[in-house]
Amino acid sequence: MTATWGAPGLDRQPPDPHPVMLGRPDDAALTSRLLAPLFGAPRGWLLLLALTGAGTLALFGAIGYTFARGIGVWGNNIPVAWAFAIINFVWWIGIGHAGTFISAFLLLLRQPWRASVNRIAEAMTLFALTNAALFPVLHLGRPWFVYWLIPYPARFGVWPQFRSALPWDAAAVGTYFLVSLLFWYLGLIPDLASARDRLPGLLRRRIYGVFALGWRGGARQWREYRMAYLLLAGLATPLVISVHSIVSLDFSISQLPGWHSTIFPPYFVVGAIYSGFAMVLLLVIPLRRLYRLEDLITARHLDNMAKLLLAMGWLMAYAYLVETFIAWYGGNLYERYALLVARPLGAYAWLFWLMLAANVLTPQLFWWRRLRTSTPVLIGASLIILAGMWLERFVIIVGSLSADFLPSSWDLYRPTWVDLTILGGSLCFFGFLFLLFVRWLPFIPMHELRELRHDLSTQGGAT
Amino acid sequence: MSARGGLVAELESADALEAAVRALHALGYRAVETFAPLDLPATEASRGVGRSRLGPYVFGGGVVGAVLGYGIQWYADVRAFPVAVGGRPLHPVPAFIPATFEATVLCAALTAFIGVLVTLRLPSLWHPVFEVDGFERASADRYWVQIGRDDPLFERERTMADLASLGAVRVAPVPQT
Repeated sequence: MTATWGAPGLDRQPPDPHPVMLGRPDDAALTSRLLAPLFGAPRGWLLLLALTGAGTLALFGAIGYTFARGIGVWGNNIPVAWAFAIINFVWWIGIGHAGTFISAFLLLLRQPWRASVNRIAEAMTLFALTNAALFPVLHLGRPWFVYWLIPYPARFGVWPQFRSALPWDAAAVGTYFLVSLLFWYLGLIPDLASARDRLPGLLRRRIYGVFALGWRGGARQWREYRMAYLLLAGLATPLVISVHSIVSLDFSISQLPGWHSTIFPPYFVVGAIYSGFAMVLLLVIPLRRLYRLEDLITARHLDNMAKLLLAMGWLMAYAYLVETFIAWYGGNLYERYALLVARPLGAYAWLFWLMLAANVLTPQLFWWRRLRTSTPVLIGASLIILAGMWLERFVIIVGSLSADFLPSSWDLYRPTWVDLTILGGSLCFFGFLFLLFVRWLPFIPMHELRELRHDLSTQGGAT
Repeated sequence: MSARGGLVAELESADALEAAVRALHALGYRAVETFAPLDLPATEASRGVGRSRLGPYVFGGGVVGAVLGYGIQWYADVRAFPVAVGGRPLHPVPAFIPATFEATVLCAALTAFIGVLVTLRLPSLWHPVFEVDGFERASADRYWVQIGRDDPLFERERTMADLASLGAVRVAPVPQT
């Protein structure tokens, strides 16, 4: 809650040269501007929806084909039994993390700049998780048995084995999705009430009215809302750390050289937030341009996110360094080979070096403030970082599996057209869901911006 | 104290609402409710809107989740279907921690969300104030203050004058339920 940012005296600062909001739009102007997307689609929206919709159909077509023929239509083999499906799973889950980071971490840290981007980021989390959750299910081979992951009293008396990391994954991802959904929906309720009260047409008012649950902005409602939102933020914060840590345990509790490493949990969490911020930038920049929101999503927002990319980029570099150092220092022959020979010189070496360049060199651009606020640079860097993070998972998963202990069992992996269709299709599916979201839901939290404006005005900040 | 029926007044700014709440409190009104398009904790303190009691319930939900999460795993893998793998202990406490943690967070979060709905008695899609003309702006740019007819000081004419003196752009009766 912006209103709980500390004692008023502590917040009193000289005018901010890089404001989180330009001008002081009044409540009425703010509300009608932010509800405007619900009244009609901008030009090009339908075209984009059709394109991403076609990609989504391709995704479900490829999934249907996989179900009908079995996962033999993928490029997976032995020893590379985990490939695109797991790479995509880890990549999408990671992207989700920045949404929770913005909405929960930054709420607890009382960062006013989160207000205008948090709902976009949370929606990104939900849609990224929707995509992520597809992949382990597809990878089961017999996806109709997915309910075996749930501990329920079955007649045949078999229970999930909780000493394995895979049921942990199911618990972590399921919890993460549900908690993110509750957090997002709770934040939406006051804005759904605004939509209910202003949209034309009885049917639309009724639909938004039902989801607004009868919100009327009473003081008691705000009090409970504030507390619940804060509690959910407090719960989501350790949760987001736990999710990618648990995902990383899928790898690190195995014996495979290149996976069996204690640095994996923090390494994965940092990578997750890193790729997630790149995705947030990629979504926010076109959106603010399209809806002319430069006064609400200001250069300050872009600057802050770029700084986070820089910091996370260095943490990634540190993780790569320690991972390699420990492989040498640990003295295990297989691990030394995997990290010091196979990875930098082996069959997938070019992907490894490409990944290092993308993830370590790209963020160095953000030492300069001009580049941190330049939208073309940010978009380019975000795309490179997202690709780099995908490659990182490829290098870890496929690279490690393809050359394990016995040279006689080594084999390379090549994706098939089904693998590539599913990857491309899932990107389209993500875009499709996001386009629906910006059209039908207020994607900037109006009530939080009213609070932000109220707080900025009462603090007397002249910016 | 809750407010039922009575009168509502429409104000034009958050500052006017905060001033009005203080003024009404000074006049002795106690059944005062406010409606605002944003969270204004400043309007709560002077009229006895206490702290939310959600916290302890959420903690309780978390405890239940932890016990349930660990209990299910223990029952499944220790009691009902023990599998001996590589001489590892049949009751591996560390291996049960991740899912226990997730169950804790899940139950606490569900308690927080359901707790809000229960304490606020939501969803309740209709409320008498919705019948007041212009109240739809309470979710956009107008601030409303209600004095319930259950307030001991409530007296239609005088209360109406009091509300008008606060700079209200409109004073209207709230329909009886």
